[in-house]
Amino acid sequence: MGETIDVKIDCLGLFCPMPILKTREAMKTLRSGQVLEMTSDDPASEADVRSWSAKTGNELLEVDRDGAVYRFVIRKTR
Amino acid sequence: MARSTGSSSERPGNPGAVGPTRAYLDYASFAPVDPRVLAVMRPFLEGGAGNPSATHSLGLEARASLDGARAKIARLLGGTPGGVIFTASATEANNLAVKGFAARASGRHIVTSAAEHVSVLNPCRDLEKRGWRVTYVGVDAEGLVDPDAVGRALTADTALVSVHAANLEIGTIQPILEIGRALRQRHVAFHVDGVGAIGRLPLTVDECGIDLLSLSSNDLYGPPGAGALWVRPETKLAPLILGGGQESGFRAGTENLPAVVGMGVAAELARVERGAEVARLAALRDRLFEGLLTGVPEALVTGARGARRLPHHTSVAIPGVKAEAILMELDLRGIAASSGSACSALTGEPSHVLRAIGCDTMAAEGSLCFTAGRWTTAAEVDAVVDVLPAVVTRLRRLASG
Repeated sequence: MGETIDVKIDCLGLFCPMPILKTREAMKTLRSGQVLEMTSDDPASEADVRSWSAKTGNELLEVDRDGAVYRFVIRKTR
Repeated sequence: MARSTGSSSERPGNPGAVGPTRAYLDYASFAPVDPRVLAVMRPFLEGGAGNPSATHSLGLEARASLDGARAKIARLLGGTPGGVIFTASATEANNLAVKGFAARASGRHIVTSAAEHVSVLNPCRDLEKRGWRVTYVGVDAEGLVDPDAVGRALTADTALVSVHAANLEIGTIQPILEIGRALRQRHVAFHVDGVGAIGRLPLTVDECGIDLLSLSSNDLYGPPGAGALWVRPETKLAPLILGGGQESGFRAGTENLPAVVGMGVAAELARVERGAEVARLAALRDRLFEGLLTGVPEALVTGARGARRLPHHTSVAIPGVKAEAILMELDLRGIAASSGSACSALTGEPSHVLRAIGCDTMAAEGSLCFTAGRWTTAAEVDAVVDVLPAVVTRLRRLASG
């Protein structure tokens, strides 16, 4: 909680692979240590974001869900 | 000029590369249009026909050609011609099957598999957002869906079961006949994504108890930009695209007549030539598998083997190297292949299909897919077998630093 968000991206209405693709693209614009917030309502996005974060080594700080909308907070580690 | 039939003929054109392509093994993502199909399409593009909805004589001829294409496609799948709805792609057909069926269904539950194409998975996820329940039945290590698992997933609320006939990433053929049998007397509609399988396997809608079947034109060596959904007459469906009531109201928009006529000819050729072609392709596939498994240390087959595998499909996972790097090296040597999934090519992630079969991440990153077709020769297969072992050795050496 309380993380300063450096960049926000909105992936509402999009489906796999777009939320991960847009997250990956947005991450390229961040410096190491900065934080990205991504919102998505694709039911597959939680599993996708968890596996992408684990694989790339980026730190998944928060996963919230409000109804059908997921909010992911990810810190760039490299 | 390209001649028209069989293994002895040249591949039409030279798709997919700047330089001369020694081996084109990416038919699943794009197949050259058969010159015999192109010849029939040409007058429809050059002004020999009207709009199928027009009342003048060119329109009436167009209508007859459209219905002729419907009949040819229906014959390939053993269904009624009136059930064929033309679409712009198999993706659209899958969307129409899942979402168009759901719009009129009384149940609120769908059973599908974890290894479906994204054009089935994403419409299912869209329905989940609208309150539907979706069961994604798992697959075994070869990617097979268990018909009993599908049967066990059914509830009183299940409206639709959707399972692909064959997996285009790992080549596995699904037990559609057995799944169809398990659904009989359950009052559940059965949708099958037939891309890759129709035209190569003797699959017919009545025998398998299929109510909705998706097809791709280009998969049959017809033009891209056309597809079809076959729908059993009593099946209720709502259109996704509204307008002037074409395709019996199920898909508005003036039909793409040249493409649809081409798709009809392609379906007819696939039906007539299937027997000999399947045997030829299976021999090429086995030759490629043998060469790759002996030539590349630690290479693993992904998907099923033998009769449970699509005849034109060879896929392997090569641990310790990234598919992207291998594909670039192959391309430099005039070989066009793929990693099997456009999705994972975009994101660099192991695809959902490889995750579903439990392929570990190391191997999944080195997943390669070679799909052969009507003009593939043994020389093309041998080019891959000649080149790939050295490419993998070099990339592994670079990776280990």
